[in-house]
Amino acid sequence: MSTLSKQKIGGILAKQGILIAFLAFMVAFTIANPKFLTPDNILSVVRSSAILGVMALGVTFVVISGNLDLSVGSMMSFSTIVVLDLHDKIGPVMAILAMFAMTLALGAVIGFLVGYLKLNSLIVTLGMLSAIHGLTLTYSGGKNMDIADKEGTWFSVFGQGTALGLPVPILIFVALAAILGLVLSKTSFGRKVYAVGGNGTAATFSGIRRARTVFLCYIISAGCVATAGLIQASRSLGSQNTVGQGLELEVLAAVILGGASLLGGSGTIFKTVIGVLILGFIQNGLLLVGLQFYVQFVVTWVIIILAVWLDIAAKRGKLWSRIA
Amino acid sequence: MKFGTFSNALKSGAIWGFILIELIFFSVAGEFLSLSDKAFMDWENMLLLLKQSAPIGIIAMGMTIVMVNGNIDLSVGATFAIAAIVLLDSLTWPIFAGLGDWVIPVAWLLALTAGTVLGALNGFIVWKTGVDAFIVTLGSMLGYRGIVFMFNGEQPTSHLNWTLVDFAEAEFLGLATASWFLLACTFVLWFLMAKTVHGRNAYAIGDNREAAVNAGIRVGPHIMINFAIIGFLAALSAVVFYSESGSVNPNDGQLYELWVITAVVLGGTKITGGAGSVIGTLGGVIAIQLLRKGLGHIGADTSTVNLVIGLILIAVLILDRQLNVKGKEELKI
Repeated sequence: MSTLSKQKIGGILAKQGILIAFLAFMVAFTIANPKFLTPDNILSVVRSSAILGVMALGVTFVVISGNLDLSVGSMMSFSTIVVLDLHDKIGPVMAILAMFAMTLALGAVIGFLVGYLKLNSLIVTLGMLSAIHGLTLTYSGGKNMDIADKEGTWFSVFGQGTALGLPVPILIFVALAAILGLVLSKTSFGRKVYAVGGNGTAATFSGIRRARTVFLCYIISAGCVATAGLIQASRSLGSQNTVGQGLELEVLAAVILGGASLLGGSGTIFKTVIGVLILGFIQNGLLLVGLQFYVQFVVTWVIIILAVWLDIAAKRGKLWSRIA
Repeated sequence: MKFGTFSNALKSGAIWGFILIELIFFSVAGEFLSLSDKAFMDWENMLLLLKQSAPIGIIAMGMTIVMVNGNIDLSVGATFAIAAIVLLDSLTWPIFAGLGDWVIPVAWLLALTAGTVLGALNGFIVWKTGVDAFIVTLGSMLGYRGIVFMFNGEQPTSHLNWTLVDFAEAEFLGLATASWFLLACTFVLWFLMAKTVHGRNAYAIGDNREAAVNAGIRVGPHIMINFAIIGFLAALSAVVFYSESGSVNPNDGQLYELWVITAVVLGGTKITGGAGSVIGTLGGVIAIQLLRKGLGHIGADTSTVNLVIGLILIAVLILDRQLNVKGKEELKI
């Protein structure tokens, strides 16, 4: 009897563990510092998480399809630099369109290599991380990019504007999360993504075109990266060419925190959003409690491993691994 | 000769062939494009190249055995930085003030211990929790880097000890200290992987973990030892490098994991485990360093290096796929 209830508790913890942890954190931080749960603070956390969040939405598709994308960080640097550079040359509208086209083309290259050529996604995106970084440096000539007339452009609306009383980055993040969430959970394409990630061979035998599905996942990821680059560029109106460096791992951390398995086949957009918010609120909460900025990295480390460990432990019904 | 043997021979020799092509290309192109009068194949230049390969190369040796195991370690760059800080900071600790220059071996020992412990911690977590090594070391990469920043904020940690600098800059039989360390690590790891039971087990586990368990290999401790080895080597790399430079920035070692993994994969180690060799890795390390130096020699931008290396990595993967059409179905990461 006791083991049964233990299992039940384990099951609940595994399914909703990340939400419970999230709530526990919120309560703890609120007790520690009443400022934590004020609307102003919450808005500022969500706003600063929006760029990471938008990228994490796309990576969720890739991870569910059973692949990885380590190139999103340097791809985001690329789109930020490109849109800033083209802004003064061909105007904001054309610049945004051209930037989206170029970023999607990069996504298509990765999608082709991983989807159609069936290459290992870890190494392909590792190579692309390096290659796109080189491309960005070559494109910018190693210099920082700045928009000449920072006051007179409407381009800043994506990063700094407000609409309906909310900052635009948050609106973009929420809208994109809603759309992609629907795509993943309600369309046949979404079901194919889960099928391909869960068991690629079985998916192929049941008539799903694995290569095409994986390809489209990378296209979605690239689209999200381009959007994130747009927000970043518009927020700062000038940028270093390494602005996205290291973001790929933070994005992956958020997706994993949300409970998506790197083996593919599991995860949801909603949980990824929770993962992103947890990272954002932990960072903010630790600062408000008065801890050093860098403590958040150590806390993130512990949380990632605990989250994945508990998830696995609940699935195998044992806390410790069976490895001899 | 069967086709299989031929393609295997081709693959194991491929990295050296690639190095040869690089040498010829940069020598010829250098004649026309280089601004300096010195030839690319200058002996001094090649010795310097070996020395500059050392920091990445020493870590890459450890990454080889970890990847042959079917695991990966993304935290080596952060471990590298922590070991460097332990090394340089412990030189100034008051309790060692009476030791004179004998503080140096103590500081080395402390730095190497720190690296080994951090590596073993990764291995222990992988062993006991069963969480994928990719996730465990992704987490500790953030965590260890956080510790680096907590130590001294954005400030560099510096301490120059001239005895130490003299040692690091010394040359023995024409080779710099760092080069000797690289060669020694290559030899030791080669011996470990090719001639010992531990090495044979590493391949067995990477090839088929279930079978290895059934054959009675204690997989958990084995994995942990390999993570301790790579932690030790990351620290050793830091010790060799920072003995000479004497100053560590909190960002140092960032992206090292990517360079190291690139070198190991170029050297023919399979990301899915079960195949790979230390000698191939040495080739991969040299090939990358040659590329960096060579592109600089013919006047290309440093940014081109990233572009070229990324494209080569992907090209190698495509070639490998073509030579391996009937290879085992790859494990999904």
